[in-house]
Amino acid sequence: MPDLPDGADNLARAVALREVCKTRWGGRFVPAPATTSGHERLRCHSSEVCDLCAWLVQDVGYIFATLVAEERMEDGVTLTYVFQQDSSGSWLDVDVLLDPHERSVPSISPLVHAADWHEREVEDLFGLHFEGHPRLGEFVLHEDWPEGVNPMRRDFDPARALEHRDEQAAWAAPTIVTAPGAFAMPVGPVFSDFAESAQFLLETVGEDVIHTIPRFFYKYRGIEKIAEGQSTGRVLLIAERFSGTAAFAHGLGFCQAVEAILHCEVPRRARALRTLFAELERLRHHAAAITAICGSTALAVANSQAALIEEELLRLSGTVTGHRYLFGLVVPGGLARDLADEHRPLLQAAIGDAAGKLNALYDMLCVSSSFLDRLEEVGVVTAEKAMEYGLVGPVARASGSNRDMRARFPYAGYDTAKPMIPTEHEGDGYARLRVLFREAEQSAALIHAVLEALPDGAIATEPDRTRAGAALGTVEAPLGAAFHWVRLGESGLVERYRVTPPSFTNWHGFHLAAENFAFQDFPIILASFGLSNAECDR
Amino acid sequence: MAGWVIKGARTGIRSSAYPAGPETAIGVSPGMPGDTAVDSPSDAEGLASLCPTGAMTAHDVSVVVDRGRCVHCFRCAQDARMPAVAWDPGFEWATYTDAYQALHAAFSRSLHIRFVDAGACGACMSEARQVNNPYYNMHRLGFFITPTPRNADILLVAGPVSDAMRDPLRKTYAAMPPPKRVVAIGACAISGGVFGPSYASAAGVKDIIPVDVIVPGCPPPPLAILHGLLLVAGRKPPAPRSSLAARADGRPE
Repeated sequence: MPDLPDGADNLARAVALREVCKTRWGGRFVPAPATTSGHERLRCHSSEVCDLCAWLVQDVGYIFATLVAEERMEDGVTLTYVFQQDSSGSWLDVDVLLDPHERSVPSISPLVHAADWHEREVEDLFGLHFEGHPRLGEFVLHEDWPEGVNPMRRDFDPARALEHRDEQAAWAAPTIVTAPGAFAMPVGPVFSDFAESAQFLLETVGEDVIHTIPRFFYKYRGIEKIAEGQSTGRVLLIAERFSGTAAFAHGLGFCQAVEAILHCEVPRRARALRTLFAELERLRHHAAAITAICGSTALAVANSQAALIEEELLRLSGTVTGHRYLFGLVVPGGLARDLADEHRPLLQAAIGDAAGKLNALYDMLCVSSSFLDRLEEVGVVTAEKAMEYGLVGPVARASGSNRDMRARFPYAGYDTAKPMIPTEHEGDGYARLRVLFREAEQSAALIHAVLEALPDGAIATEPDRTRAGAALGTVEAPLGAAFHWVRLGESGLVERYRVTPPSFTNWHGFHLAAENFAFQDFPIILASFGLSNAECDR
Repeated sequence: MAGWVIKGARTGIRSSAYPAGPETAIGVSPGMPGDTAVDSPSDAEGLASLCPTGAMTAHDVSVVVDRGRCVHCFRCAQDARMPAVAWDPGFEWATYTDAYQALHAAFSRSLHIRFVDAGACGACMSEARQVNNPYYNMHRLGFFITPTPRNADILLVAGPVSDAMRDPLRKTYAAMPPPKRVVAIGACAISGGVFGPSYASAAGVKDIIPVDVIVPGCPPPPLAILHGLLLVAGRKPPAPRSSLAARADGRPE
């Protein structure tokens, strides 16, 4: 990184950034005051966004995090490209203000591939055109959606019923295989077991699948739109429930954004307990993911063993927090319920027990050759591709990345209870399974560490709700980095809520793992990614 | 591979005593607010106003809970300024809709289930999956998952029915041979939950296809889903109605 000092403190970085803008770019970009969440900010004209973003990613070492589009009452659409720099733990927002009549922006995806799906989503929901994007068109909104209706626009009324187009409207898959006899075999959206709704078109010439075309957003519930104009209490219900298997993480992400806007200091005990509950959720989530992988290989006993551990962790969560999926626990300002003293020994014993059982299961799986044969070298994602697609979470960490929000941008109690980040390098199904096991072990260790040094005191403060503004809340959800961008208006109501869940980021790269494989490997590739459609589709 | 056989055998039987006996483990259900008698109409109004989804209605000096709307936010139970809500720690919440007709007794010990995710958050599906796991093991009770709607007797649906899932849901229902019964699991599938109705989702499964049994909860715990299935099979009675609810709407207990 030639221009900006690495690891410098925020003020020094802001000064350096200002200097670089002046010297390198001749004052073309204007540093704006930092955001509420402490992000550096650059403002640029839409015609220059490609130059700027490419420079940030290719030369300065920033990673694309998310794109937030917002239509304020008074002016046109604002696009905020959020970048993170893991080495320094800093953020940079690039703001592009469009005139009210401006409907077209240059696409940054040819240069910053991680932004690909973000631009497609904004095109669908806001009706903006991204010039130079290789593939726009039907994405979130399926073929029977009325033409020219963009639900995230201010003038769209979320309560009104839609007038659908002809429901039989033809939709043709954008196939790429042209060999004689090639066809695309649809799988989904309804599956034969308990599986989430999504469709996969497997392009095949007979036995081997050459290429997979995923089709998502069957579960689009428009949570970003229905959150607008609602109280934070109401939006919290939505934040927790749009992806119930990661409810605590997403609730926490939303609360952290609200707390940043309201300048609310969370008590120490609440911060420590947030870490504890987030790790309890991760442990249970990973046990479920391991169950699914064992199930996908039809290893029945291992599947049952992992399912037992999962249910025991669900019961433990139910016992100590009142809810098996930790609903209704996190609130802006802290937590709604405390960890009872009499539950501490129970928690300690049960976590130790679960970790021990997972270890025993791992030891057996590692010597089951028929199981390993199905995972090894299946669904490979290379380190380069993982980086290019900006993949996150266990999927990225199985491909050599050590990205983890808990370590790079500590929140809750992660500044003291530091997680060790396990990484693997093969990028195949087995590497992803090992990452899940090792992360589960780490979660158990973190829970023990928090319990040993649990501070006393209050579990919540009442935030001063008079402030307005926007902030980004970031968490490491069980599946990876999640970004919750919130704007609160003067009335205290939510004006814009933008969620970038890890499943959205990682489904983008799923096709990399689903190329040139045998039919029977498809469920295994799917399970080893372990992504959620509820989380992706929102 | 012999190791797995030994491991499985050593684990022994873990299945719940339910429905033959009571389930005694803790943490199997989050519980739900029950119909509550309070001291004054203003207390009733105050308690009911805590509910963000409109599941609680004040009737004179009582609060009546519409279980199909409760999303377990615990806000009614956590406000120290309000009278304590009567908490129901159980899970037998499933009940019939008006459309329900009893199945022939021949089905009572063999029912095949097709599952459709109509925009569920993942928690409902996770709980439905647990029903198939060793602790709950629905196979022992004669419930099976079938890979085709042509063999299905029960359509289990979770989620508020997102826009894009209306058609797949209708088609799945149409592909099932009669007699068929639809079970809606979770607050979203019953009432739209925190999502519907809106431009992107319906207010539950009943907007799209007829529903026979509802299983309240957010998500309904595995035993609640099991109760709903046993209800379809005619092997368990529906959730009882309290005298407070009967007095509030004039229908029998």
